[in-house]
Amino acid sequence: MAAELHVALVAADREVWSGEATLVVARTTSGDIGVMPGHQPLLGVLESGPVTIRTSDGGTVVAAVHGGFISFADNKLSLLAEIAELSDEIDVQSAERELERAKAEGDAHAERRADVRLRAAAAS
Amino acid sequence: MGAQLRVYKRRIRSVTATKKITKAMEMIAASRVVKAQRKVAASTPYATELTRAVTAVGTGSNTKHALTTQAETVVRSAVLLLTSDRGLAGAFNSNAIKAAEQLTARLEAEGKQVETYIVGRRGLAHYNFRERKVAESWSGFTDEPTYADAKKVAAPLIEAIEKETAEGGVDEIHIVFTEFVSMMTQTALDDRLLPLSLDEVAQESGAKDEILPLYDFEPSAEDVLDALLPRYVESRVYNALLQSAASKHAATRRAMKSATDNAGELIETLSRLANAARQAEITQEISEIVGGSAALADATAGSDR
Repeated sequence: MAAELHVALVAADREVWSGEATLVVARTTSGDIGVMPGHQPLLGVLESGPVTIRTSDGGTVVAAVHGGFISFADNKLSLLAEIAELSDEIDVQSAERELERAKAEGDAHAERRADVRLRAAAAS
Repeated sequence: MGAQLRVYKRRIRSVTATKKITKAMEMIAASRVVKAQRKVAASTPYATELTRAVTAVGTGSNTKHALTTQAETVVRSAVLLLTSDRGLAGAFNSNAIKAAEQLTARLEAEGKQVETYIVGRRGLAHYNFRERKVAESWSGFTDEPTYADAKKVAAPLIEAIEKETAEGGVDEIHIVFTEFVSMMTQTALDDRLLPLSLDEVAQESGAKDEILPLYDFEPSAEDVLDALLPRYVESRVYNALLQSAASKHAATRRAMKSATDNAGELIETLSRLANAARQAEITQEISEIVGGSAALADATAGSDR
């Protein structure tokens, strides 16, 4: 059995997901980063983007994360996000609507958020 | 029905209606406390992880950041006071306001200027009535605060502390809120949010004895700290808002419970008085009838003779 790391994905108001994983890919301000068990202790700033967690039973969990931090130490990985949604919680239609509205209003921030949500929903 | 009895009956009716209302409010508050407590618990993982991260950066790097270092001379302090929008919560609001006033007095005695930020209509009304200056205020969400509300409150505070003192910025941020200790105990307390004292933070997170690993910072320790501290403030404000909300509901529950109990007692006393009045009325009627018939009997007996 491959080595595992414990992942806790927490949003400001709830714990979104936690469990064992073999690989976590997240986007930091300086690019995508993949964390596997035994990684060097790390503390980074997350960009708005999808986070992919490969669970130890072979499944994949994708979440849309908007702003936050990744911290890894002792084979424990915490993803702290102000807003985080699992891909199957995302309402694709409402995200699409939001994307259109954001585009129409020229709100780059909202557009990016909706785009991330859609991509996370599509990736799972 | 006699006038006295009617008055008692009317008062009993009105107190019964009041009792029903306070009973309903008590039950609503009780269910809200549970909900609010659950929210406090749900926000804890984020707060603990964030505190851990702050401690890690603060102790693991030699970065000197404006938000972690104490200014040599503190000219101005910000005080954030959390109250509720609605009353009917016993001494909840006045305790919080009193704590804020004590803190303000203490800071002013140390020669600092104090800027007050207020959450909740009650606190704002108190300050406005006394015509004290309030830097900024928010209301409308104290019963069920969300993270977005906390962000809204924290934003001007973070902005104020990042500004230079000479340009009107502040050097310290204090927060006054009501800590939810238990269903029966809530205490108003003040706490310094910024600048951070890392020892205290470490103690709070219980990580004092734990040796923190040497982190690799992405992109750099300064940038991480820059991004981390506003989030830390927001999360602390969020936690305080949630605790205040839970405390407020607990205080309301208690106040309404004693109101209900009092109404019950009042109804009991009034019913006793009403019964006595009714009895007195009956007795009087009987004695009137007896007296009347006796007089009648006397009169007829007299005419027979």
